[in-house]
Amino acid sequence: MSVNQYSDSLSGRRKVVSNKKMNFAERIYLPAIVGGFGITIGHFFKKSATIQYPEVKRPIAEIYRGKHVLKRDDEGRERCTACGLCALACPAEAITMIAAERKEDEMNLYREEKYASVYEINMLRCIFCGLCEEACPKEAIFLTNEIVPSDLERSDFIYGKDVLVEPVDKRVDISQRQTPEVLEFKKDKNQSHNV
Amino acid sequence: MDGNYILYKIILASVILLISLVVAMYSTLLERKVAGFFQDRLGPNRAGIGGIFQPLADGLKLFFKEEFMPGTADKFLYILGPSLTMMIALLTSAVIPWGNSFIINGTEYTLQVADINVGVLYVFAILSIGVYGIMIGGWASNNKYALIGAVRAASQMISYELAMSMSIIAIVMMSGTLSLKDIVDQQHGMNWNVWYQPLGFLIFIVCAFAECNRSPFDLPECETELIGGYHTEYSSMKLGFYLFAEYINMFISSAMIATLFFGGYNFPFMDSLGLSHNALTIIGSLVFFAKIAFFVFFFMWVRWTLPRFRYDQLMRLGWKSLLPLAIINILITGFVIMIKNHL
Repeated sequence: MSVNQYSDSLSGRRKVVSNKKMNFAERIYLPAIVGGFGITIGHFFKKSATIQYPEVKRPIAEIYRGKHVLKRDDEGRERCTACGLCALACPAEAITMIAAERKEDEMNLYREEKYASVYEINMLRCIFCGLCEEACPKEAIFLTNEIVPSDLERSDFIYGKDVLVEPVDKRVDISQRQTPEVLEFKKDKNQSHNV
Repeated sequence: MDGNYILYKIILASVILLISLVVAMYSTLLERKVAGFFQDRLGPNRAGIGGIFQPLADGLKLFFKEEFMPGTADKFLYILGPSLTMMIALLTSAVIPWGNSFIINGTEYTLQVADINVGVLYVFAILSIGVYGIMIGGWASNNKYALIGAVRAASQMISYELAMSMSIIAIVMMSGTLSLKDIVDQQHGMNWNVWYQPLGFLIFIVCAFAECNRSPFDLPECETELIGGYHTEYSSMKLGFYLFAEYINMFISSAMIATLFFGGYNFPFMDSLGLSHNALTIIGSLVFFAKIAFFVFFFMWVRWTLPRFRYDQLMRLGWKSLLPLAIINILITGFVIMIKNHL
């Protein structure tokens, strides 16, 4: 192996170091200082890169995977049937639920005979992979582009149905995620989870 | 010396004290804003419009912090340190001519607290005492970092004071007076000293940075080596005094640079405007403050441009470059004056 093998610069940023004697202009340091002033004043008048966060937010993707929502159907009934597929799909084991049977007078509240009386997602465990959304056969759980806010207690990060279920009067729009292509994909028998 | 005169001087001194404090207060905001802009940020802008209340918030924060004193500290000296620094920082403003004079009912009121005939010497005397505040504070803390910082500050200030005084001697030779007001009056219009003493100005401004412990000569408090330098052990408003004194020093240094080299309250075409004496004085004072503001900005500009010097480089620059240059400057000035007198 010869030394010359390394003489070519892989990064293209190779610089030959020289110990040549500095000339007078370099030694008195002042031209370099003036050059430095030029650089910094250039930055002074440059547009700042700051985004005023709470007031201005950076645009995020339409299908950003943020806080979850438990959807209701068109009549305002909860779609979730507590099948547990989301909890099973969850790689972080963040989802827990307790199933209950729907009563006669709860027909307007739950769509299926079985529903989740308790549905909790631990947002500290969740890795926002979206596998729950993919696994759900009832189109009940979706991730939204809302960001999970910070909090002071660990226990406050366990979100129950009070946070997750969408309010009847304030529906969460998930049309960007639930496109016809996505619905088609979910019915594809070639996919193992749909068999 | 009638009562009116004394009352006027007391009011003037109070106003100047107030202005120095307010300017220093807002220099802290300006510093952070300027730093932000130089780094493509915005700086503080949450407290009030454009962060206008930020200095108040900072001051309040310092007041409410725990007043901590190391168990091994010398109590008297520990408190004396910041007080002395603050007092000395404010003393210099007495001899600086902040404007020409107002003539009201035939009486002349000068905008200078004390026009003493050794103004320049007074400034240097006060500046030399300035090192005691830092030295005492660093010594009384009983902390190795504080002590090293204080020793550095002391040697740095002594080294640069020499070159600084030498650069001023050339000015004094030219103007033939030590009174700051006379020096300013001789720079009427655009006849500024900086055109005649560019080298002296360069030496003076470099030394001013070193005397203020400002970057690139902020070795006494360099965080990477000495934690905080001489104020490592200080907290609460005592720390606030040290930090505040730095900004007052910066303000006073800018005022000195403007006075000695940039004509003080003189501005170009001041005679051709056809204004009354009092109107000219007001404009002159505003111009003077504009010059000061520029140099305060320049101090910050330098801070966010140049990296810190190494200690041996600092000493070499002070003793082996600036001092000989200042002496050469004196020689050249003397030579030119001699030739002029013989022509």
